[in-house]
Amino acid sequence: MDRDLAEVEREIADLRRITTTQQMNLGEQIAALEARAERLREEIARHPTAWQRVQLARHAERPRIGDYIAALTSEFLELHGDRAFGDDPAMVAGLGMIDGRPAAIVGHAKGRDTRENIARRFGMPNPEGYRKALRVMTLAERLHAPIVTLIDTAGAFPGKEAEERGQSEAIARSLLEMARLRTPIVAVITGEGGSGGALGIGLCDVLLMVEHAVYSVISPEGCAAILWRDGSRAPEAAEALRLTAHDLATFGIVDEIIPEPPGGAHRHRDDAVAAVAESVRRHLAACAGRPKESLIAARYEKYRRIGRVREGSAVVAGTTPTAGGQAV
Amino acid sequence: MLDWLARPKRAAAARRDIPAGLWVKCPRCANLVYRKELERGLRVCPRCGFHRRLSAADRLALVLDRGSFVETDADLEPEDPLGFVDERTYPERVAEYRRRTGQSEAIITGTGTVEGARAVVGAMEFGFMGGSLGSVVGEKISRSADRALEHRWPLVLFVASGGARMQEGTLSLLQMAKTSVAVARLADAGVALITVLCDPTTGGVAASFAFQGDIIIAEPGALIGFAGPRVIEQTIRQKLPDGFQTAEFLLQHGFLDAVVPRAELRAALARILRLTNAPVDPQMAGAAAQGWGEPADAADEPPPA
Repeated sequence: MDRDLAEVEREIADLRRITTTQQMNLGEQIAALEARAERLREEIARHPTAWQRVQLARHAERPRIGDYIAALTSEFLELHGDRAFGDDPAMVAGLGMIDGRPAAIVGHAKGRDTRENIARRFGMPNPEGYRKALRVMTLAERLHAPIVTLIDTAGAFPGKEAEERGQSEAIARSLLEMARLRTPIVAVITGEGGSGGALGIGLCDVLLMVEHAVYSVISPEGCAAILWRDGSRAPEAAEALRLTAHDLATFGIVDEIIPEPPGGAHRHRDDAVAAVAESVRRHLAACAGRPKESLIAARYEKYRRIGRVREGSAVVAGTTPTAGGQAV
Repeated sequence: MLDWLARPKRAAAARRDIPAGLWVKCPRCANLVYRKELERGLRVCPRCGFHRRLSAADRLALVLDRGSFVETDADLEPEDPLGFVDERTYPERVAEYRRRTGQSEAIITGTGTVEGARAVVGAMEFGFMGGSLGSVVGEKISRSADRALEHRWPLVLFVASGGARMQEGTLSLLQMAKTSVAVARLADAGVALITVLCDPTTGGVAASFAFQGDIIIAEPGALIGFAGPRVIEQTIRQKLPDGFQTAEFLLQHGFLDAVVPRAELRAALARILRLTNAPVDPQMAGAAAQGWGEPADAADEPPPA
């Protein structure tokens, strides 16, 4: 199907060239081909392969964090800085009014164009980004406000300064603190869930993923380069990694898959964003009344259950410790 | 009580990284070192101080009191939840590493004492799939945290890992979160986590329990970082400065409590355990280390030059 689409797109390009160079009117033929290309794109988006989903998740015209915040909140106050080093434009953090109640919202900020992407480091945070997010999430806890995290990143930035400023420590601390935050955390993967860079703001009570989002321990390219010793075999790696929303729902990792408009979120941004906002609101409302103790206990169980090991003749998915701490 | 740590067979298997022969070339300073001298030096080069990697078993034998180690959760084995196949299947790779290392997974966990101070311990095995974090490592660490909480003994983790294990996909990634909720419970109860970062400590392991220690120490020269040096160089298109991402570099930047030479590790850990409320077994306070035993085939003195 990819090949058919590529062929049709080539034909369109050829016809366009002929139209200009030979001044023929091929408008009708071009329109017909474009309609065909459109149908192929929609078909791909309906039943994409894992690699096609990765492409969709990374699409340059998908909604950005600003779009989601605008749809979710009636007003939003962006906050800045980690109070120690600086302000990371790759991470947005602030307080917003959702259904008349304050909530903290943090998330990766990709750009809408190349200039903005460069300014925002393509949504790949430095340590100060995670530290800013944690500061605002801790503020939410103090204000008895819930937390919404919007995840869309290729990963934490693999830079020299990032290491100097403790990228590992920033993510590790974020995980430890998010485990203990006494307020509901709803996380949504809206595009790319790039490994530790995504999980750094992703430890939560409810994990939502939009239909074409992906969540992976490593990029398909990176995986292919290491295990197949050929980065161009990324499509095979993408299949093997089981990184789609549907795969992860099978493993019990995702709590809800939010459908995308036909053709993908980039084709109908407003609809895509509205669907995410509706789902987030619904889950925030469901978490709202819960006693803190039961929230923390459920969050603990959610993560303890993850994994598959063989113990003797049984396959267990984690264990539940008894009150005395003895593993069952 | 297991004395397998003292068995010559396991000691020999653990020394597989050192080539046969009486003399070994140091990878850093290129000097030839007499093998028995290297062993006596705890596999630290006597010329330049380069710390060679240790197996998990050797690490525990170095640090723990003789006869104190009780292994736990030894029978946990990996499944193949993704049915992962690259150039080999995941189960084939696991079988291969079992053969190579004599271990069943990338971490050994249990309990023991260090100069009598009680601790729950875990030592990662870099030789097993690069010490990668998968479901078994995540579960063993989480259960170790449970045990530490139950006994109120500090948890000591010797960390050596290339990161999360690709073959278990996102399940591996989420072991970072799983271990974090277990460590958080430990922290809330006031039981200490002590992490000892060994060469290498990278990726998702660095970004989770490695840097969640209440006290974090490292071995000299250990490579410690989130992204690997090659990836960073490709990203910034510059050569990295000497010493970048070493333990010493991290100490300078404020991310470690100490860099501890291997010869001092046992004493340092004993002190740390005493100062973080580890109960001390008075009978074991004067105990000797488990140790590695003598190499089976080396002469006592170097041959004449």
